[in-house]
Amino acid sequence: MAFNMRATKNPMPTQAPEVRRHNFDEVAIGYTEEMAIDEAKRCMQCKNPGCVPGCPVHINIPAFIAQVAEGNFEEAYQIITQSSSLPAVCGRVCPQESQCEKNCIRAKMPVREKDPVTGKMEVKGMGEAVGIGRLERFVADYHRTHATPTTPEIKKNGHKVAVIGSGPSGLACAYDLAKEGYEVTIFEALHVAGGVLMYGIPEFRLPKAIVQNEVEGLKRMGVKILTDVVVGRSVTIDELMSEYGFEACFVGSGAGLPRFPGIPGENAKGVYSANEFLTRVNLMKAYQSTSATPIQHAKNVVVVGGGNVAMDALRTPLRLGAEHVTCVYRRGREELPARKEEIEHAEEEGVVFDLLTNPIEVIEDRSGSPSPRAADFNPNYGAVKAIKVQKQKLGEPDASGRRKPVPVSPEEDPNAIYEIPCDCFIVAIGTSPNPLIKQTTPGIETNPHGCLIVNEETNETTKDGVFAGGDAVTGAATVILAMGAGRKGAKYIDEYIKNKA
Amino acid sequence: MFKIVKKDVLNPTITRIVVEAPFVAKKAQPGQFIILRTTDEGERLPFTIAGSDPEKGTVTIIYQVVGASTLELNQFEEGDCLADFVGPLGKPSELEGLKHVAIVGGGAGCAIAYPLAYKLHELGADVCSVAGFRSKDLVILEEEFEAASKKFIKMSDDGTWGEQGFVTAGLEKEILARQGTDEQFDEVIAIGPIIMMKNIALLTKKYGIKTIVSMNPIMIDGTGMCGCCRVMVGGKMKFACVDGPDFDGWEVDFDSASERNTMYRSWERTKYEEGCNLLKEGK
Repeated sequence: MAFNMRATKNPMPTQAPEVRRHNFDEVAIGYTEEMAIDEAKRCMQCKNPGCVPGCPVHINIPAFIAQVAEGNFEEAYQIITQSSSLPAVCGRVCPQESQCEKNCIRAKMPVREKDPVTGKMEVKGMGEAVGIGRLERFVADYHRTHATPTTPEIKKNGHKVAVIGSGPSGLACAYDLAKEGYEVTIFEALHVAGGVLMYGIPEFRLPKAIVQNEVEGLKRMGVKILTDVVVGRSVTIDELMSEYGFEACFVGSGAGLPRFPGIPGENAKGVYSANEFLTRVNLMKAYQSTSATPIQHAKNVVVVGGGNVAMDALRTPLRLGAEHVTCVYRRGREELPARKEEIEHAEEEGVVFDLLTNPIEVIEDRSGSPSPRAADFNPNYGAVKAIKVQKQKLGEPDASGRRKPVPVSPEEDPNAIYEIPCDCFIVAIGTSPNPLIKQTTPGIETNPHGCLIVNEETNETTKDGVFAGGDAVTGAATVILAMGAGRKGAKYIDEYIKNKA
Repeated sequence: MFKIVKKDVLNPTITRIVVEAPFVAKKAQPGQFIILRTTDEGERLPFTIAGSDPEKGTVTIIYQVVGASTLELNQFEEGDCLADFVGPLGKPSELEGLKHVAIVGGGAGCAIAYPLAYKLHELGADVCSVAGFRSKDLVILEEEFEAASKKFIKMSDDGTWGEQGFVTAGLEKEILARQGTDEQFDEVIAIGPIIMMKNIALLTKKYGIKTIVSMNPIMIDGTGMCGCCRVMVGGKMKFACVDGPDFDGWEVDFDSASERNTMYRSWERTKYEEGCNLLKEGK
């Protein structure tokens, strides 16, 4: 097979920015078959591939890409699903540039061009990695639209395992256990399965039908999903293991508890956690006029934070009709933790980045009267009207290894403190693990950040037979890391139960 | 699906339903709440548990029709099923060890106050219930309160039921009557409109009687995830769904809580009117 030696990736076809900023349809449209084959041929089929160790679930990337290059898309899908239960999701939301694609040989091959002045061949930067994520997405979408759903025949082994939470780690854990023949029951607190994939990541980045398709696949494997059950309140882990006969539990309860900056005015009307804003829109479909759940349609929005959640919180209000949306982040551009593609997409859609700034106060509208009967009634009384921010500069590296932001004083710069007018302020500065499991499960221990403590080798918690993974253990991280932890949990739950038997 | 097994109209706007929800019933304790959705398109609506029967597997809630979603809920009759019914959520009220307690309920808040009076009465405490309504025709749970209280003080704004005046007046009179006796209140539990709870807390602070209030802010998930239900208590941010809904009444910032509850007022008004119009047209 001849390799395609073009230095650049096939670009991802997308909806035009001026169109997509007004709708909730998916931004990326996906490769055509021709593009996928062309891109797959850029893979050099390395003997010692750098991409596989970069993948938290170790997908056999060269093998699936080789099938794509031959046009064997279903075969490619089968290779991926040996390692990953959610390819359609990961192909869309994984930070490939810092994982599989980071180590791709094609990104390490210098690009030489003839210099127009000297006439000599000179190095003009590096090539681009193979579009592994885009190919994964293509393969998963091809399978979904072409293959008929089948019910796999699995011999049950008679052992029962409870999975708490139906986000990425819980789904991945349930998938691997069900494949081994375990009777798996997933307990979900919300009314629909999928966790952060449903309430957090917006429709325009991850269509909800795709998530539900993956959930249906699990059900076909015999996994039971019980929604509306809050483990810790409706039923405890101890009861699951003593009264209901579960031999082991996997806790994938996520990091749902939102953090607030602790600045004056943060309880004003119009101040949201990103979780609240996104849950209203994604889970409760508040962007549809028929929804029974309200959402503010703000004109000017400020979002604090620089991660993927912040990008989602910036781009969602645009689609609800916001005119100005500003990202306030205390470090610089290089330090933005979001996926590069999301930052670019946000910028194309008109998001303004006000970097090296930090909010110090929410300014509230206190004019007029809050009483509807008063002559000077102000319906916005008590609502946010501006965010006061302070410029930052980068100092010495902190514990995370990143340079620590230091406030610029008004003495150093008379413009160091200023206000950004807005009628909506969304806080996306991170989340902590949900404390419910810890509060209601004797024997489970957490670190000072509230993260469940696990044996790093096996993902077992401090309580016998209870394993955990995902954001509940690590604090807010990525979908794929959570899936990796879910798979590891499944492997050691299998070992734990077999050793007991 | 969660079947409504019984429905009673308590007053023109307040209704009681008993719902089949065995898992919730098994665990429910006074002070906790549930979240329900009428249909797959419905809003997530929080309601405090007004009673439960673990043997029958049923949970009672009492609601007041105030907006589009409660209007829709009110269309559901005995035998109909609700799409979702999750709980019990929140921390149970701490009632153990209380000897002389005043339970203060205002309007629909009486529905939430009653199970506490019942439980305390059952535990052998001396319960003095103070209930307030605008007018006689809005009174709910009168017999129930009578049965669960050693003393029952009735207050109404217009004087058509019990004494004329607010619950603060009724409570203060009782506090004064008990001063210097061995029946002084060791705790006051107040549940009702925010302004009522605020005034009760101001009153009890004057007399140094510990006061617990039950907050009902706007919420979505009820498990600590959205932060919408945040309440400032003693200068610290608390989430009513996981840290409450009961808080120390002296410490709660009622003004901020009251403002936050008006966040979607105009939206709710419009939706409610749309709902009423649809019903009028018989759709």
